[in-house]
Amino acid sequence: MKNKKVKIKRYLPVYFMLLPGFLYLLVNNYIPMAGLIIAFKNLDFSVGILRSEWTGFKNFEFLFRTPDAWRITRNTIGYNTVFIIVNLVVAVLFAVLLSEIHSKKAVKTYQTIILLPYMVSMVIVSYLAYAFLAGDTGLLNGIRHSLGLEPVSWYSEPKYWPVILTLVNAWKGVGYGAVIYLASILGIDRSLYEAAAVDGIGKMQEIRYITLPLIKPTVITMLLLSIGRVFYSDFGLFYQVPMNSGALIDVTNTIDTYVYRGLIALGDISMSSAAGVYQSVIGFLLVIAANWITNKLSKENALF
Amino acid sequence: MRKKELSYQILFNVVMAAFSVLILLPLLLLFVASFTDNSEIILRGYSFFPHQLSLSAYGYIWQEKAQIFSAYFITIAVTFVGTSVGLIISVMYAYALSKPYFPGKRFFSLYILFTMLFNGGLVPTYIMYTRYLHMKNTIFALILPALLMNAFNVLLIRSYFNNNVPASLVEAARIDGATEMQTLVRVVVPVSKPIIVTIGLFIGLAYWNDWQNGLYYVTKPELYSVQQILNNMLRNIEYLTKNSSAVQKSTTLAGSLPAATVRMAIAVVGMLPILVIYPFVQKYFVRGIALGAVKE
Repeated sequence: MKNKKVKIKRYLPVYFMLLPGFLYLLVNNYIPMAGLIIAFKNLDFSVGILRSEWTGFKNFEFLFRTPDAWRITRNTIGYNTVFIIVNLVVAVLFAVLLSEIHSKKAVKTYQTIILLPYMVSMVIVSYLAYAFLAGDTGLLNGIRHSLGLEPVSWYSEPKYWPVILTLVNAWKGVGYGAVIYLASILGIDRSLYEAAAVDGIGKMQEIRYITLPLIKPTVITMLLLSIGRVFYSDFGLFYQVPMNSGALIDVTNTIDTYVYRGLIALGDISMSSAAGVYQSVIGFLLVIAANWITNKLSKENALF
Repeated sequence: MRKKELSYQILFNVVMAAFSVLILLPLLLLFVASFTDNSEIILRGYSFFPHQLSLSAYGYIWQEKAQIFSAYFITIAVTFVGTSVGLIISVMYAYALSKPYFPGKRFFSLYILFTMLFNGGLVPTYIMYTRYLHMKNTIFALILPALLMNAFNVLLIRSYFNNNVPASLVEAARIDGATEMQTLVRVVVPVSKPIIVTIGLFIGLAYWNDWQNGLYYVTKPELYSVQQILNNMLRNIEYLTKNSSAVQKSTTLAGSLPAATVRMAIAVVGMLPILVIYPFVQKYFVRGIALGAVKE
């Protein structure tokens, strides 16, 4: 017992260093986790969270009886699936091309440009989209006008939005992926390429048989990371970029925008918190599953 | 063979150059639009090739500079405080975790790792910060929620400490009688500058670009950040497009207020600092992103 006390005392400075971070995570992360219980209650602030009446799964029953439950699930998972595939393909393409280009200066320039959108906030992205899509003054309708076509009211036509959102998301996110895959390609042993050159194999075969197979582990890791996140969506992309347009809600409402609208705009905390728990729990299971698979495939890339 | 290589070089460069131009186009449109004469935009819409250039949008912003300056002050203050505090507590946590042994090390590792797996989401977080911590409409609401410290950054710093700081260096400092804090500040931090700059930039960018905390927690104009002003203006556009009667009003208003260009000019003003700094710090971002994929 005494021994333990001495030990703790000796490591006191270490605990002191952990303390601020520990407290921050406690407040910012752990207390809200405990706060998930409000989804199982009929929240009444006049008596406080703890004394509010328990309602079991009633809030969830209500949530899943609305058409919203299916719609937000479909949109969240659907968009994420498309985003993962599109961004993966384009990012790998960029990375391969960049790795093959000899001029260092050119590579640096391209890399700087493709990563630039990553630095821009979603609010500014919404302005960029607006400059293209505005009904009266947008560039696209201007082009349509000069071609003699009728203008399109983009912000009230749901059918275009799956494509628009995919393009915006790719514009913003591809650079990030390309940097990761490029780093992975640059880590490949150069002697493999030299040997291939001696054998006289062509550029396309070199990419196909050396580069792509050797970045597969990175690709799989990134894929699994994104699969662990398919229940989450970028709130800014789905809320700001479509300008919160009611006409588009069928194709732009995801779990995150639904939770926000329920909480702030509609003041419907019970539905909103039920959707939040739905997201946290399924999201948690997906991360665990993705990590379990990563562990099987390549242990060093697993989170735990 | 040589010739073939050359044609590949040309092909790859052409493809990448084409994509680069495509990526830059939206930003270019924003710039050009902000310098276009407002009446031309009302007439012909946003365009890459305006007939008449004008500085009136920037002139208007200059007239209203009190608001913009105040927003810049808030953004800079929040970014500065958030990044410094966030970096300090992240580095301390990471340093502790990089120690080979202390009682409870496993607990503190899991404690931070678990926040990557599970979270309470917006509703309980919002209720806690507003109802219980009373942070609505305070500067703390822009600094504390979500952004100050995250597990990902801490783990990146920890693995840098583990892989790049020789244990003998830390050991020697301890033998010389340095305390843990002295060891961290005088020995570990100086040899870990690249990761510290990188993580500092990540945190700084998140604060600079943040509009969500403003959206959730701030309604007081004195506390508006640059991003929040931009966001509020976006709301106004939203409002105008939703109410056709308001649209009528906006066109009469447009006579005095160059609305269509001012929007774009404010977006440019909000983005400019990033565009100016970014090329110089690009390599740190690239390094940090690449590290994220191959941690440990």
